[in-house]
Amino acid sequence: MEPFARLDAVAVPMATANVDTDQIIPARFLRKPRKAGYGQYLFHDLRFDDAGNERPDFVLNQASYRGARVLIADRNFGCGSSREHAVYALWDYGFRAAIAPSYGDIFYGNCLKNGFLPIVLPVDDAAALCDQVRQRPGARVVVDLELQQVIAPDDRLLGFAIDGFRKHCLLAGIDELDFTLRHRADIESFERDQGNATPWL
Amino acid sequence: MSAAGRTLLDKIWDRHAIVQRDDGQTLLYVDRHFIHDGSRRAFEVLGERGLRVRRPDRTFGTPDHYVPTSSRDMAAIDDPDARLMVESVTKNAAAHGVTVFGLDDPRQGIAHVIGPEQGLSQPGMTVVCGDSHTSTHGALGALAFGIGATEVSHVLATQTLWQRKPKAKRITIEGTPAPGVTAKDVILTVIAKIGADGAVGHAIEYAGGTIRALSIEGRLTVCNMSIEAGARAGMVAPDDTTIAYLEGRPYAPKGARWEQAVALWRSLPSDAEARFDSEVSLDATSMAPMVTWGTSPQDGAAITGRVPDPSGIGDLARRAAVSKALDYMGLTPGTALSGIPVDRVFIGSCTNSRIEDLRMAARVADGRKVAATVRAMVVPGSGLVKRQAEAEGLDRIFEAAGFEWREAGCSMCVGMNGDLVAPGERCASTSNRNFVGRQGKGARTHLVSPAMAAAAAVTGAFTDVRALLNG
Repeated sequence: MEPFARLDAVAVPMATANVDTDQIIPARFLRKPRKAGYGQYLFHDLRFDDAGNERPDFVLNQASYRGARVLIADRNFGCGSSREHAVYALWDYGFRAAIAPSYGDIFYGNCLKNGFLPIVLPVDDAAALCDQVRQRPGARVVVDLELQQVIAPDDRLLGFAIDGFRKHCLLAGIDELDFTLRHRADIESFERDQGNATPWL
Repeated sequence: MSAAGRTLLDKIWDRHAIVQRDDGQTLLYVDRHFIHDGSRRAFEVLGERGLRVRRPDRTFGTPDHYVPTSSRDMAAIDDPDARLMVESVTKNAAAHGVTVFGLDDPRQGIAHVIGPEQGLSQPGMTVVCGDSHTSTHGALGALAFGIGATEVSHVLATQTLWQRKPKAKRITIEGTPAPGVTAKDVILTVIAKIGADGAVGHAIEYAGGTIRALSIEGRLTVCNMSIEAGARAGMVAPDDTTIAYLEGRPYAPKGARWEQAVALWRSLPSDAEARFDSEVSLDATSMAPMVTWGTSPQDGAAITGRVPDPSGIGDLARRAAVSKALDYMGLTPGTALSGIPVDRVFIGSCTNSRIEDLRMAARVADGRKVAATVRAMVVPGSGLVKRQAEAEGLDRIFEAAGFEWREAGCSMCVGMNGDLVAPGERCASTSNRNFVGRQGKGARTHLVSPAMAAAAAVTGAFTDVRALLNG
């Protein structure tokens, strides 16, 4: 996993609640191999018309937001299907962090497993930030995981919370599977106890 | 949580916590892991690291998302990528010694149908699968939740997951719903009330007389759609209904172990003095058959209602969202829901493809004909559900009425196998998601119960099924 570095990047506003992972990547693309890259499928049916041309009104297609690496979303972003391809698509397109009042629980977990930082901010802070980058297309935000803060275009500092373990894994680029394998003895001991207590499992 | 009383969630969680970190992360043991034809990537990760499946005996597989419903023949899959997905689950399972119910096995079906059916999902268990509708298995009194591909590989390799304990929300429903008002209508009412993000970060425990009176099949339908309210898990405390359902199932414990298991299961329900982080109460007697009109499962209304008028919505963001949804759905504000014509009817999915669902739909279809303007299909949730339905003659009722009678799989709920709704077509669907493009690009999905879907098929439009049941 790629270590999470401090970001100073263009942010894209997406002020729609309950954006589901079917919108982030439609089901028909999920059979593609991971190596093929998923950036082209990100928000595919919102981004492209039936002929495959860019829809000019979709935010990612607007010149000021090209090269964006931070997505500012509304509540329950990434709800619905557990498809991790939603994160692959965001990542391969170039996004490295999202900022929203809340996320679909499974999507939130999937982000952390792929080096992508899902920041939770209070509703008002997220909405204010979204307004700023909408009013000033191309405005940049700074995301500093080490300090657990976002710097808005108007220089306001917005702190955020994240579990210490998650922060550590993201900053160091530690894959949690390697970490868990070090707990092998704990797992074996648990299995022995469980086998005695509930032998039918 | 108060030491005085523990919830069902607390009890299951505590039994599975291996390591607890100060920052709130717990290494949680997984009792049961279901894999399917979307699990290919997770096995690739395992292969890249040279790891083996730690507990093949706790892991069960079946192809469901990409399987054809027209036949059981692999050659019926035109798309080579899709065929590879279906083949991969059998191949990977064989390579790791995992039991798989393949296309040629009558036990094949949707993972969330066959887990309970085989007795693989049991009270007190932790159950995971790389699919968001894993919440279904909570109907048996398990803590069951969907995970992503990286988590699937983590479970395959370690039989564990790092998790933060969710908050506990209790939804209590009392009263006997009117005839024709089903478990599907109950859960659509719940989601309409609390919203698509109403239970984010929570596990829901469904309680109250209405839930207690539901069969396991009805509870599976309710728990299935917990994720549509944002809850990763939904659960119902085990009771006599649960125990009677599990007794004698192929993978349920037997003999002395059965007695031992039942004793544990009896101890799992939330203590009377247990405190929940939040509570919601609903009255089932006032519920009606539901239809969704929008592009989120929260957009549900009684069949007696009308398409909402965005101009009457004060919240500007919500007004814009409703306008956009109605535009996509091709609906005019104020239109009565009853009478809106449909093109397609889909009866199936992990929400509503079990034998009781098919019986209810057949009762409505019996002696009637699918409208000439409608194409309708029934897709049983498993090969065994199909067999049971055929033993009861339900297939003949459906076929005589003009429904297509298909093979088991996820089918038109997500369309990965090619069972798609065409752009602009309107579909009455017993599935769980009416998202934009979910059943196919431009498809207009309305979520309903099996009875309501059958009523739409035979009348050609959304209809209050209660009128047909009385007739």
